[in-house]
Amino acid sequence: MNLIKTLAPAAALIALPQLGLAQEAAPEGAAAAQTQFILNSLLFLVGGFLVFWMAAGFAMLEAGLVRSKNVTMQLTKNMGLFSLAAIMYWLIGYNIMYPGDGNWIIEGVFGTIGPKDIKSDIDAGGYSNASDFFFQLMFCATTASIVSGTMAERVKLWPFLAFVVVLTGVIYPTEASWQWGGGWLSQIGFADFAGSTLVHATGGFAALAGALVLGPRIGKYAKDGRVVPIPGSNLALATLGTFILWLGWFGFNGGSQLAMGTLEDADAVAQIFANTNMAAAAGAVAAMVLTQVMYGKTDLTMVLNGALAGLVSITAEPLAPSLFQALIIGGIGGVIAVFTVPMLDRMRIDDVVGAIPVHLIAGFWGTFIVAWTNDEASFVTQIIGFAAIGAFVFVVSYVVFMILKATVGLRVGEEEEINGLDMAELGMEAYPEFAKG
Amino acid sequence: MCKKYATGPESGPESDPHPSPSPLWRAFFCMCEMQGQACGVKGKDVRLIIATIKPFKLEEVREALTGIGVRGMMVTEIKGFGSQSGHTEIYRGAEYAVNFVPKVKLELVVPAGMADQVVETIAGTAKTGKIGDGKIFVLDVAQAMRVRTGETNEDAI
Repeated sequence: MNLIKTLAPAAALIALPQLGLAQEAAPEGAAAAQTQFILNSLLFLVGGFLVFWMAAGFAMLEAGLVRSKNVTMQLTKNMGLFSLAAIMYWLIGYNIMYPGDGNWIIEGVFGTIGPKDIKSDIDAGGYSNASDFFFQLMFCATTASIVSGTMAERVKLWPFLAFVVVLTGVIYPTEASWQWGGGWLSQIGFADFAGSTLVHATGGFAALAGALVLGPRIGKYAKDGRVVPIPGSNLALATLGTFILWLGWFGFNGGSQLAMGTLEDADAVAQIFANTNMAAAAGAVAAMVLTQVMYGKTDLTMVLNGALAGLVSITAEPLAPSLFQALIIGGIGGVIAVFTVPMLDRMRIDDVVGAIPVHLIAGFWGTFIVAWTNDEASFVTQIIGFAAIGAFVFVVSYVVFMILKATVGLRVGEEEEINGLDMAELGMEAYPEFAKG
Repeated sequence: MCKKYATGPESGPESDPHPSPSPLWRAFFCMCEMQGQACGVKGKDVRLIIATIKPFKLEEVREALTGIGVRGMMVTEIKGFGSQSGHTEIYRGAEYAVNFVPKVKLELVVPAGMADQVVETIAGTAKTGKIGDGKIFVLDVAQAMRVRTGETNEDAI
């Protein structure tokens, strides 16, 4: 935010010469419009690179929560999925998601096919066309990042990346167009400010489908029904990843205000930052206290999940709540994470990093509770929107995973899994320390 | 004679460090070896002491041992179970048994005459009186050699 404060006068300076020249020909409004254009685009760019950084957060979180024999693979998947998302979103994603009026292939349901052009229509209505593309692209990549954590330690590299191509090219843009592209959900009054459902639950539903098709890791569930914990390799990385995600979320939610050229918008962005931070803190504290009370010891991995669940919970409506309401919303998100992680284990759904509790279930909570603070939303519509997107994403993802499983195979062999995907699939280790000089 | 000499602890009082064998003795032992008999002069020189202790006691034990003149030791982080057996922990809501408890394994090669003192020092320092304090084993060493100089047995320590 300091950056924006220092750049605002600079932006005004740039606009000044035009102000002087245009003094007689055009009204002062022209300069004001340019300043707005600059500030709006700047919000997209700063928000965009903050959300980009969340890719690093996911990579570190996942690298820390898998065993050391699978770390290189997890990092490779994170590099691959982000880069593929960037290409797919340009190639078809953006125009499926934002077809514009009259361009829908199926009105309100499926947009138009074609690569995104950032050279034409530079002024997309008060902001740079390219800045908008850059910003929206990062959300698409975030959706894919969520899936990789759940399916870690057993999914093959290329089949997983093939799913990412479908997810980022078609699944995410289609469901997101229903709301953010002006499709049917936005017309019935669904509300999802920055993507509790559109991004997080979508990633969560795809992850759920993947976990069901893949099955649990070898040794995770004993024959007698016991759950066998598989501790992660590096909680320092997992914690760093969570803090990076927390930072990136300011861009995720704040940038979703989509404008910063007026006093009202600037204040809204600031309020969103404060509420987002509050929800994360409340989620972390809730998980910290709850695990201490329930288990006798605080569980750091749950605290990390709690903070992220708080963030997901506030994402659907980070502007309307007061700080106290943000605390309640985020805190309950943290509680949800603590209770649903073991619940999934009882259902024998092996979610390595806890992405389904954090993104899907807390995503539902965040979407549902919008109606508490936002008078324009209704609980019923929120449930309809969540269910519609959830069903669509889950069914399509499940089908894609089943096709991959039947054709190229989705899961590595038993020996490869036990030896670790790093050596089996990549032939390199993250920590090759023994006897290599 | 050779055989008796080879059998170790009971062949002589522990307080009496075994004198370096004279050249004549050496020749005799070599004959024993050539005859295919066990020849224990080396075992009599040097002992290997293996001790498993609680990890938090390592520094205290190291100080005590260097205090009595021990000049080297090997330390390994190990896991195992004995009468302490395991305990349970909770990770992400799931209870699991910790079947193997972390311990530190010390391995010291010392002159036979020092062995008792070393054992007593380790036992005295590592003891907490609670279950899981560890165990100490003493073994004969067939041969020891310092790589740099080629010195053997007691000279190599």
